[in-house]
Amino acid sequence: MTSETTNSKQSGRALPSMSVLGPILALVLLVVIGALLNPNFLGAANITNVLARSAFIGIIAVGMTFVITAGGLDLSVGSMAAFIAGLMILVMNAALPSMGVGVPIILLGMLVAIVAGILAGLLNGFLITTVGIEAFIVTLGSMGIYRSLVTWLADGGTLSLDFGLRTFYRPVYFDGILGISWPIIVFALVVIIGEIVMSRARFGRHCAATGSNEHVAHYSNVNVNRTRLITYALLGLLVGVATIMYVPRLGSASSSTGVLWELEAIAAVIIGGTVLKGGFGRVWGTVIGVLILSLIDNILNLTDLVSPYLNGAIQGVIIILAVILQREAKAKG
Amino acid sequence: MGETVTTATLELRDIRKSFGPIEVLHGIDIALRSGEVHALIGENGAGKSTTMKILAGYQPATSGQILLDGKEVTFNSLHEGEEAGIVMIHQEFNLAEQLTVEQNIFLGRELRKGWLLDKAEMRRLTRSYLDRVKCRAHPDTPVSKLSNSDKQMVEIAKALSRDARVVIMDEPTAVLTNREAGILFEQVRAMREAGTAILFTSHKLSEVAEIADQVTVMRDGAVVRACAASDITEDEMATAMVGRDVSDLYPEHRKDAGSDLALSVSGLDVPGFAQGISFDLYRGEIFGIAGLIGSGRTEAMEGLCGLRPATRDQMQINGQDVSIRKPSDALAQGLCYLTEDRKLRGLLLERGMRENLTLQALPKFGTLLIDRSAEEKALDQAIKDFDIRAGRRDVKVGNLSGGNQQKLLLAKVMQSEPKILIVDEPTRGIDIGTKQQIYAFLRRLADEGHAIIMVSSEMQELIGMADRVAVMRTGRIAGTLSGKDITEDAIVRLAMGVGATDYGAKKELA
Repeated sequence: MTSETTNSKQSGRALPSMSVLGPILALVLLVVIGALLNPNFLGAANITNVLARSAFIGIIAVGMTFVITAGGLDLSVGSMAAFIAGLMILVMNAALPSMGVGVPIILLGMLVAIVAGILAGLLNGFLITTVGIEAFIVTLGSMGIYRSLVTWLADGGTLSLDFGLRTFYRPVYFDGILGISWPIIVFALVVIIGEIVMSRARFGRHCAATGSNEHVAHYSNVNVNRTRLITYALLGLLVGVATIMYVPRLGSASSSTGVLWELEAIAAVIIGGTVLKGGFGRVWGTVIGVLILSLIDNILNLTDLVSPYLNGAIQGVIIILAVILQREAKAKG
Repeated sequence: MGETVTTATLELRDIRKSFGPIEVLHGIDIALRSGEVHALIGENGAGKSTTMKILAGYQPATSGQILLDGKEVTFNSLHEGEEAGIVMIHQEFNLAEQLTVEQNIFLGRELRKGWLLDKAEMRRLTRSYLDRVKCRAHPDTPVSKLSNSDKQMVEIAKALSRDARVVIMDEPTAVLTNREAGILFEQVRAMREAGTAILFTSHKLSEVAEIADQVTVMRDGAVVRACAASDITEDEMATAMVGRDVSDLYPEHRKDAGSDLALSVSGLDVPGFAQGISFDLYRGEIFGIAGLIGSGRTEAMEGLCGLRPATRDQMQINGQDVSIRKPSDALAQGLCYLTEDRKLRGLLLERGMRENLTLQALPKFGTLLIDRSAEEKALDQAIKDFDIRAGRRDVKVGNLSGGNQQKLLLAKVMQSEPKILIVDEPTRGIDIGTKQQIYAFLRRLADEGHAIIMVSSEMQELIGMADRVAVMRTGRIAGTLSGKDITEDAIVRLAMGVGATDYGAKKELA
């Protein structure tokens, strides 16, 4: 579905370029390795587990794909998720005496998460586009702010959802339809919509144009600032959605919630073939990036070949390799 | 070329170059001699750039010989070319934008005194190089703050500092005013006296006639004519480049320029660039805007189209008051601007033709989702209508020749179906054959009832195309000429702000 956006100068006609094949081959390779090392790897339980854990980062990474494609960056998403989780828990606990356990209070919590996410994203976007501060600096700042706020809200400890509420809310993470859990379903929906918007809708085209050359975009009747602002708001919204899925899993939030999520999300986007400096992005690639990162973690946990403590090192090597492969493909093109 | 008496400093013999299966150079012979200025001319896409890159060691040839002082060499890198004393000055400058002029000139060859940089000596030398090219830029100014012409001069100062034996310049005068081009030519002559071999390309044949000793004409990847500059006239050069007679460069004017008002603006102010711009534009006419670079022409037009902040007392399109604050307002009124800078503001160089073509008019190609087959159809049509020649349909736009990029840009702008089209330097840096096509297209558009504003630095182009010409000077319209009054002399006087009897200005400009 993306053959038209790949590098144009490959001499062969049939084979897609390395930048398309690379991530897919890496994923297939990991699946084969996993299956060979542990017979349980391809079992339904393990696959569900991997996908459900991927869902949080994955949902955020889809939003990150748009931000990066439009030439931006957001380092604050991990802290933002922790802050939103904390806020959600506080609001739901506070509303418990008046509303009681039930669907309405869960909906209230979800609403809080979504609204808080959009507002946080808009704030980042406003500072970056209207005020004109670099994305790296703005989101480095907001990363610190949200992390500190959640620590303060939890008074240095952990914010826990009321036990009754937690029991009621749990199915949002653990149940699903036809054996597919909710986080996976939501992740799949976000991916499908994201891919369509990126490759088929005007907004996706505007993001790529903005990231590729904002002057050209401006002269071509693309509202550059609005496009960028929307990407940050969209990312904030998706952080809210991911948090909604995340809170029922543990029922708590603390200063260590969502640590390094921003880097995992950015890594997934880059492994998937989106260009860090903007101008070209693909959502399906990001999904593959997320799965690659999760599978490495999963395989290390299932086998005792390599210490799971080396997870980060292996992920780091993969990220660097991915960028080298992309550059090779580009040099040829 | 056979009767070589003195050994050439740098020579190509039967050079061929292929990209993939496509051969783009078919056996090029060219010899650069010490103390000679060599002009390489040809249409865009004729293979001039590739030839220059092979000469400078940027790209290896597929076959053939490169001779340096008569000995065969191979340059494996740009660095080896520079070692051999070959310096290439690019059209897109090779300067580190954030570094100062001085740092750029000595980049990679910083002078040292012991362990530390010898700033005083570098400063002194930088001053002397800048003085030689009459560039007033301060050595401490970051290059990003310089104008294009100053950047060009810094590039030349850099070449001077390297005592280059061979200097290769890719369209050095494209971004220069006539006066700056004059200074450049003085330097070229001085370098020639000093025994440097110089190669340059230009689309301005008068320059070639003025300064070159030798001329090599290329067409479609081959040398079609090589002779002494004194043996070839400008007309013959043009004919050799295009392969056909191009004396009818400008299409015929329509007899009756329309009287149907398309656009009327009064008191247009673009803060910092233009004040009190007022004019009327009629359907069916081509309205020229002349003026020196920096006279506010471009900024005034951008302000008119909502591309930069501007205020106006009154503005009417087709007799209706309109308010234009952002580009989409202008487009909604059928007012469209074609930028002078196709590479930085016009086209996404990393992207394909289809996405570039439809970017400005995306709503036309589907409301919720983009209809790719409609886009493909539009591209087919554009390739046909504008004679865009791309090797492959999915080629990156950055790999197209300048002329084809310009045609694509024009096609892109036309996707918005403008009623009033403003074209800014529509033929900058493109070959004569493509120019002719663009002129014919603009005239046809006007004849169909569109109103066209043409901003240009090339006076011949304005004289040949425009029904009326407004001349801008320091942000204001200094005067408007029409019909027989549009002459180079009259334009220069208005642009320089001199009276009817003062002839001094023309010399200075020309």
